[in-house]
Amino acid sequence: MREDTNFEQAVRHYLVGFSLALFLTLVPFGLVAWGELSRPATLMFIGTFGLIQVIVHFRYFLHINFKEQKREDLLLILFSTVLLSIMAGGTIWIMANLAHRMHV
Amino acid sequence: MSSDTLKYPGLNLGSGHGSDHNKAETKIFGFWVFLMSDLIIFGLMFATYVTMNNPMSYAGGPEPKDFINLPSAFAQTMLLLISSLTFGFAGLAIRFKQSLVRANFWLIITLLLGIGFITLELFDFVDMFEMGAKPSRSGYLSAFFGLVPLHGLHVTAGCIWILIMLIQLRVFGLNAVTKVRLLCLALFWHFLDIVWIGIFSIVYLGGVA
Repeated sequence: MREDTNFEQAVRHYLVGFSLALFLTLVPFGLVAWGELSRPATLMFIGTFGLIQVIVHFRYFLHINFKEQKREDLLLILFSTVLLSIMAGGTIWIMANLAHRMHV
Repeated sequence: MSSDTLKYPGLNLGSGHGSDHNKAETKIFGFWVFLMSDLIIFGLMFATYVTMNNPMSYAGGPEPKDFINLPSAFAQTMLLLISSLTFGFAGLAIRFKQSLVRANFWLIITLLLGIGFITLELFDFVDMFEMGAKPSRSGYLSAFFGLVPLHGLHVTAGCIWILIMLIQLRVFGLNAVTKVRLLCLALFWHFLDIVWIGIFSIVYLGGVA
């Protein structure tokens, strides 16, 4: 994305992001408050909507774009994401596995 | 020509700001390095929370279902989401060189929304303490109070930073230095909203689903 040089266009950009984020927030809250889905299905929805909302925030509020961004900026963000998934994912995996073995 | 190329991640000042736009590049990159290391801290607090979110770590104490106040969590989510939008407007007022009054107006609205968020969160914590859900009660609650108030402290720091920027805008006006500081603050604020998505999804919604 190239930066909008037109004020109305830039405002619209933020409003689009806000509307998407609002929708992605309201649906999981509604599902939890009034939904009839099973717990695993609800958790799936919460996780999916949360991930999409993170991407929406990065795209519309933090103005990150894969095409036009400078390479080193993207590398910083992607490298941090990889580190985070290894450390957080690894922790959860190992500890869940351990808990499972302790209970058997 | 209807657009500028991006020089740094986040809202760009744009070529209309001349050398201020170019000078911002290194500072903004440095601030992103900080944000990403902060992201790792939050990520590991999330990992700890998820690990601790099981019956063994509740230690017979309060479970998420017992103390989570969903309406309050929803109100906090809305306050923070709207404050991201209003901070966006403050950034645009500066990028498009509108009056300083307008930038100040949006910054003050953002500040009030941030204070509203912290207030609601503190009320939640008071309720929790009254029902005995203290950090020392169980490993699970320690993890909870490690993660959620850490975000709350960040928002508090963000509010203080907004206050400082309002003063700086009054004293120095908009110059190369204050512009970059506002851009960094905007990144920080939007970043906190992203962390909150994780908190309301994993802690609050995941806790009562």
